Amino acid sequence: MNRTHVTCMINDDETEFLCDNDESLLDALRDEVGLTGAKEGCGTGDCGACSIILNGQLICACLAFAPEANGGTIETVEGMADGDRLHPLQTSFLEEASLQCGVCTPGFLMAAKALLENNPDPTETEVRYAIAGNLCRCTGYDKIVRAVLGAAAQMRKNPIEGARP
Amino acid sequence: MTVAVEESPVKKSYKWVGTRPVRHDGLEKVNGKARFAADMTKPRMIHGHVLRSPLAHAKILSVDTTEAESMPGVKAVVTAADFPPPSKNEGFPHRSSNLIAREKVRYEGQVVAAVAATTRRQAKAAAAKIAVKYEELPHVLTVDEAMADGAPLLHENLITKGLDTTPKQASNIAKRDYFEQGDLEAGFAEADVVYEHEFTTKVVHQGYIEPHACVADTSKDGRSEIWCSSQGHFMVRSATAEMLGWETSQLKVIPAEIGGGFGGKTTIYLEPLAVKLSQKANRPVKIVMRREDVFKATGPTPGTKIRVKIGARKDGTLTAGKAWLAYESGAFPGSWGMLGGWCVFAPYDIPNVQIESFEVVVNKPVNIAYRAPSAPMAAFATETVIDQIAREIKMDPIELRLLNAVEEGDYNHSSMVGTFQRIGLKETLEAIRDHPNYKIPLGPNQGRGVATGFWFNIAQSSSATVNLTENGRAVVVTGSPDIGGSRVSMALMAAEELGIDVKFIQPVVGDTEAVGFTDVTEGSRTTFATGMAVVRACRELVTQLRERAAIMWDCSVEDVEWVDGKAHHSGNKESPLSLAEITAKAKKTGGPLNATGSLEAKGQGPAFSTQICDLEVDPETGKATILRYTTAQDAGTAIHPSYVEGQMQGGVAQGIGWALNEEYIHDKKGVMQNPGFLDYRIPVASDLPMIETVIVEVPNPKHPYGVRGVGEVGIVPPIPAIANAIHDATGLRLRDLPMSPVRVLEGLNQQNGVG
Repeated sequence: MNRTHVTCMINDDETEFLCDNDESLLDALRDEVGLTGAKEGCGTGDCGACSIILNGQLICACLAFAPEANGGTIETVEGMADGDRLHPLQTSFLEEASLQCGVCTPGFLMAAKALLENNPDPTETEVRYAIAGNLCRCTGYDKIVRAVLGAAAQMRKNPIEGARP
Repeated sequence: MTVAVEESPVKKSYKWVGTRPVRHDGLEKVNGKARFAADMTKPRMIHGHVLRSPLAHAKILSVDTTEAESMPGVKAVVTAADFPPPSKNEGFPHRSSNLIAREKVRYEGQVVAAVAATTRRQAKAAAAKIAVKYEELPHVLTVDEAMADGAPLLHENLITKGLDTTPKQASNIAKRDYFEQGDLEAGFAEADVVYEHEFTTKVVHQGYIEPHACVADTSKDGRSEIWCSSQGHFMVRSATAEMLGWETSQLKVIPAEIGGGFGGKTTIYLEPLAVKLSQKANRPVKIVMRREDVFKATGPTPGTKIRVKIGARKDGTLTAGKAWLAYESGAFPGSWGMLGGWCVFAPYDIPNVQIESFEVVVNKPVNIAYRAPSAPMAAFATETVIDQIAREIKMDPIELRLLNAVEEGDYNHSSMVGTFQRIGLKETLEAIRDHPNYKIPLGPNQGRGVATGFWFNIAQSSSATVNLTENGRAVVVTGSPDIGGSRVSMALMAAEELGIDVKFIQPVVGDTEAVGFTDVTEGSRTTFATGMAVVRACRELVTQLRERAAIMWDCSVEDVEWVDGKAHHSGNKESPLSLAEITAKAKKTGGPLNATGSLEAKGQGPAFSTQICDLEVDPETGKATILRYTTAQDAGTAIHPSYVEGQMQGGVAQGIGWALNEEYIHDKKGVMQNPGFLDYRIPVASDLPMIETVIVEVPNPKHPYGVRGVGEVGIVPPIPAIANAIHDATGLRLRDLPMSPVRVLEGLNQQNGVG
């Protein structure tokens, strides 16, 4: 069996894994690396539950092939907190009760993080469009949108150290 | 916004109940550590793949697994021959019959066989080599097709129940339910206005984001451990045992976090297959459903055809109501028509009523509950006709509803209610009438619709065990899967009872060997019924704590009072003892402190919701955009208001999707054409506005904290509220779902004489 050797940075950890050439990056993260924070809700890029950031770009991990990560940098929900210090989005999601079942939450957090890194002061409409690729069936999005707006305000007041400008 | 309508039956103010702490399981859910069903891995684990029927209706002539068994990596194959035949009396939801097809497949996607192999890829490749010979049969997809004379039969021996004369011939009509009261003809004769209309709704899916998944590890001694997500792991245990012909003691079911259910995970699909594959392979087996299979083989809620006729006097008094309801039930009989009949006029006190409902089998997946099952379709019909009457007699639609609203003492013909106890329908109507959003001026092409909805609250069995730790903390173990924040609600009630900070309470969902039997998280029952079990256990603990304090003080237990988390000596002869001070001395006063509360709950409180939808219809495209949405719901008492609001908002969002977009689309062969989230479009964030909530609190007199069912009723009013708003905006009365842009545009074109 010929498997491909992939080396990449995942959440600041140098990581190696073997994968099949046509294996999805999502399967590799979950099955080969053991990071199960990204979820498979559809496998077709429609639900966003597997959202991760690859080389600075928000993607559905189910739509990328695992070998594409070779030499790249991956951010997943597991790397969002800085040690014990939660990312403001994580805190905001908890305080606003933005999750019910929580299975879509990792994807929303990644999509919201990608938004705020590019647009630190989004309008409600901009937030809604930025997370429109992420499905939540529990909340009706109200409390998610509030949490993203709240975290954005918080981050404008107290920027995260080391964050991209 | 919260409207407190009257004092609580127990006490006026609480220290913990009604506050909004961060949920105890939240941290794991924002850092990716929470383990959902598909996140489990075991050493030596192999993977299952399920072979499903490509046909809507066919005889199975043969299933040959020879080639599949010799494929690389294959460790086990199962077919119907590996499972005992279904019991003749298995009844709803026909889990054994639905588990794996025997002589016939009755819908596209029904299980025919399953394979376990070292890798998923190998399992899938092997499943493709199972040779199934079918003889295709004609199929039926709608109630009209299924009820027609000479329709192809799904079950050759299905005789309609509930008719005055038992038919001699089989049909696709499983059951008829009938109710009447008063004099229908006289009631309609008394009316100044009578409207009768027919409504149709399409099959829709619960649409939970987490597909069904499980891992089963069967050992050689005939026991199996199942890790899965469900709305009730005790249900998984009993249903799996039944399907395998095993004892419940052979199975341990460990609840994973559940990624949404909405009723769709009140049954099982994969677990017996995984247990059997694991037994044959002597390896742990994991099966994860693909989204396509979730659509094709699980869940959906029935398509319906409903006729409603309502008469009213000019002063708004409703005089008579007649309803005819036909609900699909999928490939096996259900109880959906009956439930629809129970709900169709439930919010109104109508003296003369006739309700006839039918369960109709069709070649589609077996229907299972979806949030307030059957009520939204019935409400679509009734609430639209009520709106029409209000316009005809020029009465405000909320005032018309207030005039006829049921209240305490009114009769409800369902076997689940009988006579209403204190309920809060009028209070939700008043909350909406008095809400500023009811008066905001509307612009061109904009419309406002209101509707109200009813749903039950079911009680059933619940268990809770509360263990106090040596340093005065409490672990609250219940048997109810937490589908939307119930753990924190359990902790709040325990904090209130024990008088300790909610952060010192650790709420846990225990596996089937860690806590007493508990029914499924369904029927808006968990905070109500499992909450009662928690309260019962905590009160028993308070008795124990007083006894221990009495030992420490060497006084009579009658001299010890429990106030705000502390034992107080009635004569003030001793300094109060905190819970932690008592547990610290437990070894000297009789050992560890714990208590169990188990009960068959009684006194469930039905729920009502009234909603306003403001929308704008684009005359060019027919697209309806929701501008504002306001929902007022009677929660009894909101234990954790944020999660009550969350349930209200979530129900509304699902209702909006159902009203405007969602539907199963089948081709002529009965094959589903849109089994994915791209083509089965559920609402996304950019489709919706903020959803304003008004929590009305009319406490349930039968619950220690006044709780009534909260989870479901929010989905009932949106469809008619939207239909009424579209009418207000355009003059169009839409009576067929979904009210998609195409439908609206067709209506507008007809109105304008175009096309």
